[in-house]
Amino acid sequence: MSLAPGTAALIGLLGVPALGALVLTVTRNYRLGAALNVSFSALTLLSALTLYWHRPELTLYLLVDDVNTVFLIVGARVALTTSAFSAGYIAHELQTRRLRSRDLRFYHALYQLLMFAMNLALVSNNIGLMWVAIELATLTTVVMVGIYRTNAALEAAWKYFILGSVGIALALFGTILVYLAAEEHLGQGMSAMAWDRLAAHSASLDPALLNLSFIFLLLGYGTKVGLVPVHAWLPDAHAEGPTPISAVLSGLLLNVALFALLRYKLIMAGNASVLAPGPMMVTMGLLSLGFAGFMIFRRRDIKRMFAYSSIEHMGIITLAFGLGGPLANFAGLLHMAMHSLTKSSIFFGVGYIAQLEGTQQIADIRGLTQSAPLLGWLLVVGVVAIAGLPPFGVFTSEFLLVTSTFARIPWLAILLGLGLIIGFSAMMLRLHGLAFGATDQRFSLPAYRLAPMALQLAIVAAAGIYLPGPVVAWFRHVARLLG
Amino acid sequence: MTGLDADIAHLLAGAMVLVSFLLLYQDRMFALLNTFAVHACVLAFSVGWQAYLQRAPHLFITALIALLFKGVIIPVALHRIVVRLGIHRTIEAVVGIGPTMLVGMALVGLSIVVMLPVTQAEAAFAREDLAFALSVVLLGFLMMVTRGNAVSQVIGFMSLENGLVLAATGARGMPLVVEISVGFSVLIAFFVVGIFLFRIRERFDTVDLQALDMSRGESA
Repeated sequence: MSLAPGTAALIGLLGVPALGALVLTVTRNYRLGAALNVSFSALTLLSALTLYWHRPELTLYLLVDDVNTVFLIVGARVALTTSAFSAGYIAHELQTRRLRSRDLRFYHALYQLLMFAMNLALVSNNIGLMWVAIELATLTTVVMVGIYRTNAALEAAWKYFILGSVGIALALFGTILVYLAAEEHLGQGMSAMAWDRLAAHSASLDPALLNLSFIFLLLGYGTKVGLVPVHAWLPDAHAEGPTPISAVLSGLLLNVALFALLRYKLIMAGNASVLAPGPMMVTMGLLSLGFAGFMIFRRRDIKRMFAYSSIEHMGIITLAFGLGGPLANFAGLLHMAMHSLTKSSIFFGVGYIAQLEGTQQIADIRGLTQSAPLLGWLLVVGVVAIAGLPPFGVFTSEFLLVTSTFARIPWLAILLGLGLIIGFSAMMLRLHGLAFGATDQRFSLPAYRLAPMALQLAIVAAAGIYLPGPVVAWFRHVARLLG
Repeated sequence: MTGLDADIAHLLAGAMVLVSFLLLYQDRMFALLNTFAVHACVLAFSVGWQAYLQRAPHLFITALIALLFKGVIIPVALHRIVVRLGIHRTIEAVVGIGPTMLVGMALVGLSIVVMLPVTQAEAAFAREDLAFALSVVLLGFLMMVTRGNAVSQVIGFMSLENGLVLAATGARGMPLVVEISVGFSVLIAFFVVGIFLFRIRERFDTVDLQALDMSRGESA
């Protein structure tokens, strides 16, 4: 019996991280652990890429379609570079004794477990299974955020835990309501929880129940996305955990939660008599964008500042998907991919900066382009990219979004533009202090350590100048599917 | 299903709402733990009754988990932790008992107003169960918001989760209920272990704004 390539890839996608978690639990040597972590991530990416060409058969539990392959590939891509960055990062943490080698074993195993949970959430066709996977992802990140065991880290982990659990509880209630709505038409049991059937039959589902369920799901999974007003855990979790985890949180976990929301949005979209989910998502997105923009001005901690920037960008993406239509969805997808790549590479840089300077306070960090030229300039490039200046990919997606909004709802485009400008100017203001100014400190950082960061920023820059035809066609296709 | 069957289901679900109210005004830690044990036992009976009504033997597992894990093991464990940490005397409420009860009543009203019209297509018995379940969930939220202490926050979360299990068992034939209740038990075990290992006594906020700024990395 031979395995179809699609099925094999799906098994690889889920099996490699699961196996990796087990192997890394028993790997004592941290260098070996880090190397294995990178190799497992590489294999996962390979499986994700295979899924682009070969699709496994649809089952009641698992589903690979055009939409989730985008998220899978972007996710596995960022996870691979983050694991490479993490190898250098944790070596330093071990030297400075912030972490012990036992912690690292734990850390690597959790990293793979997190990958497993996120991949499972993305490929699950069953809304209950998706919920379980997102819960698992939350639990692993909670433990990782608290891994330094300082007061601040424990506080952040606890806050994340409580708020995350509340979000999870809301999402479960929403899931139960969706099941109730479906049970009558699709029969009791698993088929009433299968997403593809829900989406196909959504026209016949009870609209009132769907409305109520979407509100619960929006708030529940919205907590995970970090949308205002349920964002409070996000800055703490980003600031106090190890930096690779900040990168993974921003670049991956937020996307996975947003993906869950999109799945439900598609169910809602098939039913003509329900409340339109778009305006709710647009409102929350706009709120996040404006709020986070103002908060960036006041931050004094560098990781916290970029965490608020993540809230801002998740707001933009949610707004784009809420707006809907081929163009806005395209902008949303592109922005999602660009934000993941850019923000994770910024966090790589910030991780090194915090290690070299020994502080995360913005006021204490000055003149990075002089003290560590390569790192400093890469940070400048990253911040310029995330602020949405040309010629980077983030600019392309923001430009697309603003123009498509302007064509449809002009006043919304004005608000959106205002929010973007606030975020942009706050970023630029802070960047000036960080990167320029006189300093007599000199740091040495081997250039190869910066390779993951440089590589990702290069992709973002390339995407801003020229998007390859197949990628455009692929994203267009997915944007159409998203309605 | 006869009228009596539905009446017993309503009685048990209504009793959970009542015990949720009892949880809201406990001001001693041990009393709070005991009340929560009652909450979990009522849930176990309610789930067991549903298992019998729906001829769904797997739901008995959920009932058993509720009874043993949440009704016995967790309260006993928390009891010992509370003694160890020396926090058994008082529970400082952020909001007074009176306003809390009033808000609680408003929340129950809200959940009935929201749930009943929405679920008209469902069987009458499932509708009211769902309204009760949402009340329990909302009262759990209220408790988490009004209490400033880690242990009582966890109790609030567990009562909220009991409401979710009630809703899930009320939805007939819903798969994965057992798995989800096991998942929640793991989550709660994490909470309890976290409190014990890291001796988290309080929620971390304080009226001292300087301290708040420090913890947010904001003090200059």
